[in-house]
Amino acid sequence: MYRTDTICAIASGMTNAGIGIIRISGEDAIQKADQIFRGKTSLTDVPSHTIQYGHIVFENQVIDEVMVLVMKAPRTYTTEDTIEIDCHGGMIVMQQILKAVIAQGVRPAEPGEFTKRAFLNGRIDLSQAESVMDVIDSESSYALHNSMNQLQGLFSSQIKEMREAILYEIAYIESALDDPEHISLDGYKEQLLPKMDHIAKKIRHLLDTKDHGSLLKNGIRTAIIGKPNAGKSSLLNILARKDRAIVTDIAGTTRDTLEEQIMLQGIALNIIDTAGIRETSDVVEQIGVQKAYDSISSADLILYVVDASTALDENDLKIMDTISNQNVIVLLNKSDLECITSEDDIREHLDQTIIPFSAKNGNGLDVLEDLIAQRFFSGEISDHNEIFLTNARHIAALSNAYDSLLHVMDSISMEMPEDFLSIDLMDAYESLGLIIGASVEEDLVNEIFSKFCTGK
Amino acid sequence: MSFVEETYDVVVVGAGHAGCEAALACARLGLETILFTISMDSVAMMPCNPNIGGSSKGHLVREIDALGGQMGINIDHTFIQSKMLNKSKGPAVHSLRAQADKAAYSMEMRSTLQHTEHLTLRQAEVAEIVVEDQKITGVKTYSGALYHCKACVLCTGTYLRARCLYGDVIEHTGPNGLKAANHLTDSLIANGIEMYRFKTGTPARIDSRSIDYSKMEEQFGDERIVPFSFTTNPEEVQIDQVSCYLTYTNEKTHEIIRANLDRSPMYSGVIEGTGPRYCPSIEDKVVKFADKDRHQLFVEPEGLHTNEMYIGGMSSSLPEDVQYAMYRTVPGLEHAKIVRNAYAIEYDCINANQLYATLEFKQIKGLFSGGQFNGSSGYEEAACQGLIAGINAAMEILGREQIVLDRSQSYIGVLIDDLVTKENHEPYRMMTSRAEYRLLLRQDNADLRLTPIGHEIGLISDERYQWVLEKQRLIEEEIKRVHGVRIGANEKVQQLLASFDSIPLNCGVSLADLIRRPELNYDCLAPIDPDRPELHPEVTEQVNINIKYEGYITRQQKQVANFKKTENKKIPVDLDYDEVPSLRIEARQKLKALRPLNIGQASRISGVSPADISVLLVYLESYQYRKNH
Repeated sequence: MYRTDTICAIASGMTNAGIGIIRISGEDAIQKADQIFRGKTSLTDVPSHTIQYGHIVFENQVIDEVMVLVMKAPRTYTTEDTIEIDCHGGMIVMQQILKAVIAQGVRPAEPGEFTKRAFLNGRIDLSQAESVMDVIDSESSYALHNSMNQLQGLFSSQIKEMREAILYEIAYIESALDDPEHISLDGYKEQLLPKMDHIAKKIRHLLDTKDHGSLLKNGIRTAIIGKPNAGKSSLLNILARKDRAIVTDIAGTTRDTLEEQIMLQGIALNIIDTAGIRETSDVVEQIGVQKAYDSISSADLILYVVDASTALDENDLKIMDTISNQNVIVLLNKSDLECITSEDDIREHLDQTIIPFSAKNGNGLDVLEDLIAQRFFSGEISDHNEIFLTNARHIAALSNAYDSLLHVMDSISMEMPEDFLSIDLMDAYESLGLIIGASVEEDLVNEIFSKFCTGK
Repeated sequence: MSFVEETYDVVVVGAGHAGCEAALACARLGLETILFTISMDSVAMMPCNPNIGGSSKGHLVREIDALGGQMGINIDHTFIQSKMLNKSKGPAVHSLRAQADKAAYSMEMRSTLQHTEHLTLRQAEVAEIVVEDQKITGVKTYSGALYHCKACVLCTGTYLRARCLYGDVIEHTGPNGLKAANHLTDSLIANGIEMYRFKTGTPARIDSRSIDYSKMEEQFGDERIVPFSFTTNPEEVQIDQVSCYLTYTNEKTHEIIRANLDRSPMYSGVIEGTGPRYCPSIEDKVVKFADKDRHQLFVEPEGLHTNEMYIGGMSSSLPEDVQYAMYRTVPGLEHAKIVRNAYAIEYDCINANQLYATLEFKQIKGLFSGGQFNGSSGYEEAACQGLIAGINAAMEILGREQIVLDRSQSYIGVLIDDLVTKENHEPYRMMTSRAEYRLLLRQDNADLRLTPIGHEIGLISDERYQWVLEKQRLIEEEIKRVHGVRIGANEKVQQLLASFDSIPLNCGVSLADLIRRPELNYDCLAPIDPDRPELHPEVTEQVNINIKYEGYITRQQKQVANFKKTENKKIPVDLDYDEVPSLRIEARQKLKALRPLNIGQASRISGVSPADISVLLVYLESYQYRKNH
């Protein structure tokens, strides 16, 4: 449906360029941007077409140092009030700023929506009308194609499952309202509460792993471990050497661990290269080993490098015992040489995925990348340009659904009548529907008739 | 041979619930109106359930009343039991339902028609519509009489090529053995109108003397009766009421039905029409909900001067012998004597997508339609369409702007929008779940929502309109006052709260905060609100609801504001969709066929995607631009 609310998007393209631009357009653009901007003057007080220096601050954290371009209607691209936030061009930074903007109640833009608004508001010359329509046309079919891809993922099957559960409850309430003499709602709310709590928790979990958690926002904490000389540093080098931009170099807390952020198929990995683990009487080395163990316990992912050309020893057994319950990928390094330790030898001690690998010539690297992408994003992430936008929209929709379910639970605890519950249940259902692009109304009518015996 | 009988402004075909409202509206607006009926004894007949109102249908009756229609007044004069349904739920779904004395209802309506100036009631079957240059000019009766008119409203109900079925018996009649109208369909098809065939059904009527009520649960009416019409004085409807009764089918009933399914015309394939899912026959219920070991039955009186009892919940088209057997398995009906058989009825109706939201045919100017003819079901659904069709026929003749109620204004608007916009493959019933903004569309505020429109049309008196304005003013004033009243945590307040099991106050709050507590309301807080003005109960009811559900109401108002944006973007009637580039083929076909009046309506058409809407919006802007330059 056509709307004229305030919208936002990353305008500079999703690559790790030097500068990134987040554009906001609409009635509340300036006011919304001002809510996360800390500068000398409030954005609402500055003259039009000026640049302001300051910081983007969200949830009490400074996200980035930025220049903000304030342009008031009508002399802007869309002819609406427009804000452009120029930030450092890292994907993670841009995405964090976009999220902060969305959290202010700004809607992620549809594909081509800025251009569409520009045209609708008479900004673009009439002779361009045809090409604009082509843009909208192709972009929406692209969006459609995109959503089709995601339909196959685990993510959307989870969304569908939740929607079905919610729809059943709406249909139940509605049939009871339409046919109060046949269908009773006595004791219904008490049953509904735990069900909604369950779904809300599921959504919260999705939000935590997708958004709030460490993954996309801060990168996946990845520890590379193994005995000395197993090939840990070579692995790090080969991961970093490949043509992927290094976003930041963060010095480790001690000399013994080095944290490095690398991008891998659009996913940020915060790699911690640990000291080699072995029994030692050297006090300094002992500290390093202890740090390595600490890294293991706090890591989201462990890349355990085993040297295939040597036999497993006490140290390996100890490591395997420590990591047995964690998210581990075992890299059987030096698999191009003569194998002394085989996959089966490792499997005797550790039930985890094992990849034959060669840090020397890079064999196995593709398998490793795919595996990581799959593990953390259910195979969903495939394209740099689209993922972050789509994700931002998903997150916004999921947050709305979550809020609606909280409303439902609030209403139950406030002893509101059941018909009020279905208002927010319907909102939750619609929000989730935005993710998979499904329509609402006929669903409900069909559900009512198929599940409940109503009527005179 | 044909001859000219007379000339009228408006011809209304069919004197059921839709036709009566249409004819009354036109005549009351001063137009010479003739209302045709198959039988003078079947005016405003209720051939199925003996009640008016019910969930969401009660809303429709209230809205009809607020616009100046007759249904509410008519039932207030002829009901024999009344109940407010869903009282334990929120105010949005409270719904009034009254048992009617069917004969009295029909006679009362006929009398009203016959006492209305400019209105002629005529028994005759209309067999043809006369169309010249895509415009209606008259109708012809079966006997050959030609009636010239400027507008015509078709409200043929379930009579067009009707046939009634039970078992292998087929009777080519309308409901209750009345004559079917077998000729009009051909004329409509000849004029390019697309027809559908729908089906519905009704249960048996049973002799009250053969029923053992001691085996059933008695169902009483409300102690305090609320009238339907805003013009009815509540004191005048506090009558002695009759009871209804509740009983159940059982496994034995279901066995008999299952054993005889092959003898049902529904299951043997004899019935061609599509039946309503929400009003399933007992055989449908037994098949579809096989896990239920019993179904509720409501035994309801058909009137004060008949001993017929309606067996609600058990409509059927099974053969007569099976009907006897199955009804007699029900507790209390062991010795049941059937007065009228249950039957299914098939009839012709139209694809309502051929209508504008004004209920005028897109391809025939001056031709309007309402009621079951449009593919709806139910007396109330019919009446409200008849009213709108009648009003718009009159507006067209008078050269005034026609009215379209939108989805945020009324249930009537939701119903008509659904009918004319969406694909409809079964008789359409109003349901509360169909109204997106139902918290704002309550039966208690129908007068505030629609009386100003009824007044503008000319069906509501100045006096009634002034009272609604005054009521609105008083409500707003009192809501404002209540928000400003501070309640301290004093002894008197704590005592009052304790008497309602409400948590005592720690510190001062506003009166509005207290009203929002579930266990409290505006009225019960009177003792701690000394400055409260004396107000009409209709006013205080609105104050209470508006404060109690303020947060939810505000949220719905925001949704409505969003909805209005697209509703207000009009699409020119003469837009050539073939000229719009980039529309997908399916969307182009649907848009061409449906000709939506605005972008909002276009976006609700199944098969039209958001991308199509974008394309359309862009095109409309450039279209306007070209027009202006």
